[in-house]
Amino acid sequence: MKLKQLRIRKRKLGKTGYNFVFGLVLTAVMVGLIILGFFWSPYDPEAMQGSLKLSGPALAHVFGTDQFGRDVFSRILVGAGNTLIVALGTIVIGGGVGILAGAVTGYFGGWLDEILMRVNDALAAFPSVLLALVIISVWGTGKYKVMLALGIAFIPSFARIVRGEFLRCREEDYIVSARLIGVSAPRILFVHILPNIMPALLSALAIGFNNAVVQEAGMSYLGIGVQPPDASLGLMLSESQTYLASGPWCAIFPGIFLILLILGVNMLGEGILDRFGGGR
Amino acid sequence: MAEKILEVKHLNAFYREGRQRKQVLEDVSFTLHEGEAVGLAGQSGSGKTTLCKCVLGLLKDYEGEIVHYTKRPQMIFQDPFRSLNPRKTIGWILEEPLRIQGGYSKDERRRKAEEMLKQVHLLPEIYARYPRELSGGQRQRASIALSLMTGTRLILADEPLSALDVTVQAQIIELLRELQEKEKICYLFVSHDLDVVSMLCSRVLFLKDGEVKEYADI
Repeated sequence: MKLKQLRIRKRKLGKTGYNFVFGLVLTAVMVGLIILGFFWSPYDPEAMQGSLKLSGPALAHVFGTDQFGRDVFSRILVGAGNTLIVALGTIVIGGGVGILAGAVTGYFGGWLDEILMRVNDALAAFPSVLLALVIISVWGTGKYKVMLALGIAFIPSFARIVRGEFLRCREEDYIVSARLIGVSAPRILFVHILPNIMPALLSALAIGFNNAVVQEAGMSYLGIGVQPPDASLGLMLSESQTYLASGPWCAIFPGIFLILLILGVNMLGEGILDRFGGGR
Repeated sequence: MAEKILEVKHLNAFYREGRQRKQVLEDVSFTLHEGEAVGLAGQSGSGKTTLCKCVLGLLKDYEGEIVHYTKRPQMIFQDPFRSLNPRKTIGWILEEPLRIQGGYSKDERRRKAEEMLKQVHLLPEIYARYPRELSGGQRQRASIALSLMTGTRLILADEPLSALDVTVQAQIIELLRELQEKEKICYLFVSHDLDVVSMLCSRVLFLKDGEVKEYADI
């Protein structure tokens, strides 16, 4: 029995598993580094050393130092942590509300669907940066405000995806059958349907995560996200653009870190869809 | 006279098509007694599915009276590949009616599900399997088991055999007959295939354009 399962796993891996496995490994490594950054970094990421301004990668400072002589590697570890927190918070807010709204509208339909989807359209038509600017001008700057702003801005896309999936599932025979058995609507939504839309949902969340990382970087770049001297990948990129000629490592390494993080999560999302989505 | 299970009196059913309200069934009446099976035949569009939906309580827009003297009627679907939740094991699916009713311990639920598997002639191993690991015939058996788990004595079947090959069809008919005799289950059996209907049913209800054309013994 065990052996048989193993064999099935192996065959599946041969066909479609590379995205999944490579994405999982890359994501694990990047997230592992970030978690490491929460507890330990080689230097204090905010400690300045006047004698070491913009010195290139060396043994002491593997990714070099920035214009204030701060260790780039330490700042990447801590900054990526901030980026990750913002991105995760964004998909928790956007995904949570989006799933709820999409499930209810998709399954029940009717006037509730009409109203919620029109609100959704209005929200989607509103540029997320503008929404973030509004929120930040009301409540002030900071990573939690960015999280909230991005989270709200992300609700429509999740709601739409989830709604479509619930709409598809609600006519399925096994859902009709569940209704006949007498299963309550909330239980049908979250116990009977939700597991069936998991592959699509997880890959949407992965894409959402990547968008959130990029958006956070964009907002910090504009100066409305994470505030200095705190670090985030976006903020590091924006701060380093003045020194591209004299200290390119200040831009290159955060950039590479950002790319690898996004690549990992993206492949993981694709892999999930490949691997678990086909069984429908 | 055997006990009545289902009584349909002067049923007029309507369907909404855009803004129009179309009448699909007109003055349909019939009665189903304990252990009886009635075939439901007619061309597509004659209102067979609508009649089923009304009896199941899925379609509310009707006039007339539908009374059933048992737990809520259950349905066996045409396509056995879509009628069982692909993300749940057969055991989980079979136990769901008991979870909804409440009052059963985990072990009791499992025992009842396993008994039910035995009753529809499925192996106990099926309990832990997912629907995708089962053949069409096995799935149809599992669907029947699920219907029985609710404790109903009225099962509606919408072309339950048309997706199966002939030998499997015969086995499923055999099972349905066995349940009819042993458990006094009633069927409302939708089928184009009068051979199949005649094997299981004592009477046939012919629908044409929403009206009862004929209600005859066979």
